[in-house]
Amino acid sequence: MGKIFKYTFYDLVRNRWMIFYTSFFLMLTSALLLISPDLAKVAISLSNITVILTPLVGILFGVMYYYGSTDYIQFLLAQPISRRSIFAGMYTGMAASLSGSLILGIGLPMIPYGILTSPALGTLLIVLFMAVTLSIIFSLLAFLIAMRAKNKIRGFGIAIFSWLFFALIYDGIFLLLLLLFKDYPIENLTLGLISFNPIDLARILTLLKLDMSAMMGYTGAVLQKFFGTSQGSIIIVSILFLWVLVPYLLIMRMAHKKDF
Amino acid sequence: MSSNHSSASAILVTILVTMAPQLSAKVIDLCPTCTHSELSIALNHAHNKDTILITGGSYECKKLEIAKSITIIGRQRPHIVSADGDEIFVVTADSVRIIGLFLSGVVTNYLKENAAIRIRRSKHFELIGNTIQDCFFGIYLEHAKQGILRNNSIEGAATTELESGNAIHAWYCDSLIVEENYVSKHRDGIYLEFVNNSLIAKNTSKANTRYGLHFMFSNDDKYLENTFTDNGVGVAVMFSSRIQMTYNEFSFNWGRSAYGLLLKEMNDANIAHNSFYQNTIGIFVEGSNRINYTENTFSRNGWAIKFSGGCSANEITRNNFVQNSLDLIVGSSISDNRFHHNFWSSYTGYDLDKDQIGDVPHYPVKLFSYVLDQVPEAIVLMRSLFVDILNFAEKVSPIFTPKEVLDPTPLMNRLP
Amino acid sequence: MIQVQQLCKSYRTNDVLSNLDIAFQHEGITAILGPNGSGKTTLLKCMLGMVLPDSGDIRINGSSILHKYNYRDQVCHVPQTPHFPENLTGHELIQMVRDLRSGVTRENDLIQLFNLKHELDKKMSRLSGGNLQKLNLLLGLLYDCPLIILDEPSTGLDPLSLQNLKAWLLQERDHGKLILFTTHIMSFVEDIADHIIFLLDGTIYFNGQLQELLRHEQEEKLERAIANILKPAL
Repeated sequence: MGKIFKYTFYDLVRNRWMIFYTSFFLMLTSALLLISPDLAKVAISLSNITVILTPLVGILFGVMYYYGSTDYIQFLLAQPISRRSIFAGMYTGMAASLSGSLILGIGLPMIPYGILTSPALGTLLIVLFMAVTLSIIFSLLAFLIAMRAKNKIRGFGIAIFSWLFFALIYDGIFLLLLLLFKDYPIENLTLGLISFNPIDLARILTLLKLDMSAMMGYTGAVLQKFFGTSQGSIIIVSILFLWVLVPYLLIMRMAHKKDF
Repeated sequence: MSSNHSSASAILVTILVTMAPQLSAKVIDLCPTCTHSELSIALNHAHNKDTILITGGSYECKKLEIAKSITIIGRQRPHIVSADGDEIFVVTADSVRIIGLFLSGVVTNYLKENAAIRIRRSKHFELIGNTIQDCFFGIYLEHAKQGILRNNSIEGAATTELESGNAIHAWYCDSLIVEENYVSKHRDGIYLEFVNNSLIAKNTSKANTRYGLHFMFSNDDKYLENTFTDNGVGVAVMFSSRIQMTYNEFSFNWGRSAYGLLLKEMNDANIAHNSFYQNTIGIFVEGSNRINYTENTFSRNGWAIKFSGGCSANEITRNNFVQNSLDLIVGSSISDNRFHHNFWSSYTGYDLDKDQIGDVPHYPVKLFSYVLDQVPEAIVLMRSLFVDILNFAEKVSPIFTPKEVLDPTPLMNRLP
Repeated sequence: MIQVQQLCKSYRTNDVLSNLDIAFQHEGITAILGPNGSGKTTLLKCMLGMVLPDSGDIRINGSSILHKYNYRDQVCHVPQTPHFPENLTGHELIQMVRDLRSGVTRENDLIQLFNLKHELDKKMSRLSGGNLQKLNLLLGLLYDCPLIILDEPSTGLDPLSLQNLKAWLLQERDHGKLILFTTHIMSFVEDIADHIIFLLDGTIYFNGQLQELLRHEQEEKLERAIANILKPAL
């Protein structure tokens, strides 16, 4: 697995989309810093952008990379290594380069502004954690989609729809359900619905850390307890971890059974 | 805090003791090794204008009525403990001064509102530099006038509303000066009912289980430079007219029904230069008319201002609205309120003619505010793409949000 | 050496391989032929573990290879001209294969054989089709394995390289190796194959010497013999 990881990573750090992605964040962060040198504000602006953008890039890049690598996968399958190591290595290599792009693109321009000693460092780390986690989750979903759909057009279609679903449609249905059942106790429903959308989870995690604990308190006792204490953050991080683990195990299972 | 008290009272003691002979009044010494070592006996020996000077020591006593115009001064912080949990001092004479004492031992009583010091139907009293620890009520004023409460520190140990009384409680009073006190961990920090023409200034009210400041039916009062922070519900002011509230700080009041300041049935008030920081709701207004909100700063609140039913002829000018999750929510039955020349950090307009005033009006009410008002749980969708699109669509063609609530002259830069 | 026993594979309703039985006992070069969709590639992929059969077994040197991967140390594979990761260079790919396998490599001989010396510093995205195929052959033949499987090895090769490839494979056969390949170039088969397996609709139509097939179909050229076989099927 380590060896496959190494060569996948070597390949992807020179990939032009990856270079474009990194420079995009470099420019975006620099531009935001020029507009306002307040590091905390820039981190908040970035969190609003990354919560939508990283899932999109993660899922599209993942699908694109998988389809572009089918020959390479076959080549690797003929080598004396297990399927698990091939897929684990390729996947982690890709996730690492996506994450590297984000950390470099967002973190680097902030260093001259003294982020390392600034109180905004915590905020930035949460934003980066969120961006990296979403990249990982959505590139995992991308692998699942691409391994399932042999037809590339279909694969890309499903990928774009999945992003649209989690980024937009899901929240629309969510709000509709809340409005429909507003006369009932819906706090547990709310908590349940959050769990099934990693974008919501990540967004709420940043909201909690940034400025929202006060408003979360406006809701009922269950949500207040959930969001008002560190318990909520811990649970959100745990569910996000499940969102990484479950698709990863599914990919491993598929890799074990699939014909190439 | 306590070192402040002792130095302040030490100066007072010196002044008062040196002045005493010239007033042809005597000083009665009280200390554990003095002729008098019991407060009640000393009190019996005192006449009008006498001074009882208590030096150090700890004294248990039952309820003491002070019916003569005397001065009690504590030196080296003498400790007076209620022997049976009942009240300690009940002042019924005018011109009584109680200075520099440390009082404790008044226990919670569900039938009687027992206080460490009660002033009943008297005038010209001065309560200065006292410390009241873990008492049911701290200072209780009824039908009292022209008195001063200064530099007292009143701290309870309340964790729930029921078990504790108010730190400073005033009922049917007039012309009070309440300043530089520290009140904490009681039910209400400062409670005023039917109290007129008074000044409440430079007090710190913190971590009380209900309100930091709570008043009603109290007109023509001034509230200046107080700090109300981290209280269970915030500050609630109701049914009063002609109030001035300036340079106060309202902060960290979080919770479902928490707010920095609640205004209910308040008329003709002036609310200026206050700071509202990190409250669930900065100001919650219900049925209040002709109020000027000027040069206040609302930052990082859940909602900066929430107007609920029946508010009219209010003027909101030159305020800063900085990074509040939502700036404004407006109920249906409000009218004739004017917003102008405010700074809104959420303003996205431009200023082509460089006059520091945005060229397009700002609409501070978002559709999502309405949704939240109906379903508070929807808060978890805050800042999601869906909600942003919803807000944008509503901004382009308003259907649910009132078109007439707008700031036609939003400032481009934050006011100092 | 290799036993294919009752091998079945179908994709959805389409039977690709049905009850295939083949035994490769000795060294030599075997061409696996058949029209498109006859199951050649599926058979080879089963041997490499890329495709998992529905039933049946494949044994190499007596032990089953299903769901195993260590045996591939003994198998060299040259896939159909693949797209390697486009930002890696030839050197890096060689290094990768060396990281993944163990044993003696014949890198210098192969670089010389295919005249690749000046191509190995280039990224994959900048290699021509022919050079890519040569690099593919180099990577596949890098190790000294007793079993060599090649899928359309002649694609895109210039005559000289093709000749060099044939010479290399014949030399490998003389070292006692078993070589399996598929191709559509019949002259390539005639030049090097000792043995032919002809698959039709997932079953073996012919399994024997090249000469036997020609005699059977009464033709002199393999191409015509194959065409004869396919005519009635069409």
